[in-house]
Amino acid sequence: MTRDQAFYSALTALDRQAYVPGENKRLYDKDPSSLKNRMERENKIVESLEKAVELSGLKDGMTISFHHHFRDGDHIVNMVVDTLARMGFRDLRLAPSSLSDVHAPLIQHIKNGVISHIETSGCRGALAKAISQGLMDDPMVFRSHGGRAAAIEEDEIHIDVAFLGASSCDPFGNANGYSREGEEKSMCGSMGYARVDAQYADTVIVLTDNIVGYPNVPFGISQRLVDYIVCVDDVGDASKIMTGATRFSTNPHDLMIAEATSNVIVHSGYFYDGFSLQTGSGGASLSVTRFLREAMIEKNIHASFALGGITGAMVKLLEEGLVRRLLDVQSFDLDAAQSLKNNRFHQQIDANYYANPYRRGAAVNQLDVVVLSALEVDTSFNVNVLTGSDGIIRGAVGGHPDTAAGAALSIVVCPLMRGRMPSVRDHVNTIVTPGDTVDVLVTDQGIAVNPRRPEVAERLEKAHLKVTPIEELARRAERITGKPDPLPFGDKIVGICTYRDGSVLDLIRNIT
Amino acid sequence: MTRLRRSMLFVPGNNPGMMSDAHIYGSDALMFDLEDSVTLREKDAARLLVHHALKTIHYGECERVVRVNPLSTPFGKADIEAMVAAGVEVIRLPKTETAQDIWDTETEIERAERKYDIPVGQTCMIAAIEGALGVVNAYQIASASPRLVAIALGAEDYCANLKTSRSLEGSELQYARGAIVVAARAAGIDCIDTVFSDVNNEEQLIKETRMIKQLGFDGKSVINPRQIKPVHRVFMPTREEIMKAQRILAASREAETRGSGVVALDGKMIDRPVVLRAERTLELAYANRAVFEEEEA
Repeated sequence: MTRDQAFYSALTALDRQAYVPGENKRLYDKDPSSLKNRMERENKIVESLEKAVELSGLKDGMTISFHHHFRDGDHIVNMVVDTLARMGFRDLRLAPSSLSDVHAPLIQHIKNGVISHIETSGCRGALAKAISQGLMDDPMVFRSHGGRAAAIEEDEIHIDVAFLGASSCDPFGNANGYSREGEEKSMCGSMGYARVDAQYADTVIVLTDNIVGYPNVPFGISQRLVDYIVCVDDVGDASKIMTGATRFSTNPHDLMIAEATSNVIVHSGYFYDGFSLQTGSGGASLSVTRFLREAMIEKNIHASFALGGITGAMVKLLEEGLVRRLLDVQSFDLDAAQSLKNNRFHQQIDANYYANPYRRGAAVNQLDVVVLSALEVDTSFNVNVLTGSDGIIRGAVGGHPDTAAGAALSIVVCPLMRGRMPSVRDHVNTIVTPGDTVDVLVTDQGIAVNPRRPEVAERLEKAHLKVTPIEELARRAERITGKPDPLPFGDKIVGICTYRDGSVLDLIRNIT
Repeated sequence: MTRLRRSMLFVPGNNPGMMSDAHIYGSDALMFDLEDSVTLREKDAARLLVHHALKTIHYGECERVVRVNPLSTPFGKADIEAMVAAGVEVIRLPKTETAQDIWDTETEIERAERKYDIPVGQTCMIAAIEGALGVVNAYQIASASPRLVAIALGAEDYCANLKTSRSLEGSELQYARGAIVVAARAAGIDCIDTVFSDVNNEEQLIKETRMIKQLGFDGKSVINPRQIKPVHRVFMPTREEIMKAQRILAASREAETRGSGVVALDGKMIDRPVVLRAERTLELAYANRAVFEEEEA
């Protein structure tokens, strides 16, 4: 390649550099091997998890992250933390998108100093109980799905290494919760929460039990974000990652609540052709889909999209043409995952797209109606989905505050009483979703409308749906259950419940 | 307006969880059971529980019925006294065989009413007929006391007594059902059909309810809240029936204002029973608000 003097003087005038052959090897060092050979030799697969950890540069005190798309079937968190403990790491900060019963072995790693801090959306089972009893010196920080995505984007949570389990991955890192390249050993559908970690973590390690041919499209996580791939025996217990279709409840309380909720939606003013909705996976909120379906058919109304955790029930509406698109950040059951795999109107989205309050156009802001479950609701409409009536952590913030804030109409559903405990009361144990973002409460013994939304109450009453003041519902519950004894809280703060912007909504104290 | 008894939900008297909010499912009546669903050793506890539930919990519009143990058992008297003291609306007497059973029970009710300063005669009764003898004596039973508001069929015991078993189509109950409806109507009281036990077979429940409605029954006993809606739906008049009933009643009112005893609609004379049936149709329609919503829309 020859250049004349004029070329160089022109470049000097433009203040630009000339191309010098051989100077930047990465740009032109051609690999003559075939794709087939490259998939075998020059891929991102490393021989062991230990090797990947070494390559990642992980050090004591760093932050590692995980996703919870494998739910209670997850093997990744325990496998990775066991390995890190064996390798001698200490003081690690754990930032999974959520934790569940299966993660009880973390208790030992906390006791041994391997893990010193945890940020999560939820926590359950033995680990949650131990945390509530004061296991950790550093309080557990709870964030909503949108709040977590925002904290990662704003570098409030800086992920040094993300360990992301995947149901399928090709040799160059295109990973997903399912695969169109043959059968996966276990599928989880959407990888919406993991995608944020992949995007912002310094180092991304994908762990998979299913290497598929290149390119693994569609992918949830792009090859451009993945550093290393580790093959493992299994990413989880397929039977616990997903069950067939989530079954409709036969509990008469749930059915009553679901039917009433469907009636509320129909008469709320937000039931029009092209409306948008999100329903949860809990007994009552899942069954809403069933009753709403009948109303949609009867009144010839279609939804433009359904959002969120997607269930088989919602997939059925998509397939019947009652819902036009599904935006899926998390697939709740096998039917949902299969649909994501096969239906092009079923779109995978990440947690930023879903609920990040700082992003322009988080999908929750396009919601007309959301139906949310609750453990407790108080007379100011504040909702608790995190701590049980015994004060012990046993739930997850999830997308609750995000969708409640984003949706034009947020409906919270719960039975008035659970056993001998009132669910509607003067004060909730832990505020997870502020009452000023909650519009309607539907219980099995009556409907209450937030006084901030008089127009909604008026519409419901016009449709002969009886609206009861929330204080009256609380009194009705208390008349039967009596006033519960105060809980034996200690002085130690074991949990910090944050709002979407990271500000503190409530503190969780230890139970003695 | 007469009281509707389309559905009577059975609630075991020893289950506080179910008793605390049994009214929310919208059955016309609740029947707290102290008899067959309560084991011998829990009889006293259940009696106390139901007594306090009746005094504490507001069951709204639901008619509150308690099935007591027969007077022939050691529990019958105490049951009646505790329930009357708690202000129960209806005492349901199981295994009624003769009018004497009614009179004996009535004596106990009245004693309790006097003891607890409750107006004598306020507490009503339902007699459950659960054997061949009861069916044979159905009219005597139904007409034995002004306290009686209904008689009910209890099919399980009846079938055992008849040396047969229950079938899906219910041919073994044909005679009993017919006899009970006729006896109730002759005595001018309501009649309530037996339970349908297969909670998950809604289709057959609806079929059976249609059949007993056609026979003339006012309602059906139900054992699960999920059975209430289907039963009510069967008893819900159709839109055409409602419209027609409204026109009949309008014609009847017009005849009244004219001072004429003869009601005519579309040039045809309308008999008194037709007017009564129209009244009942509208009562049923009113109980099922859905119909009115549709009318308005």
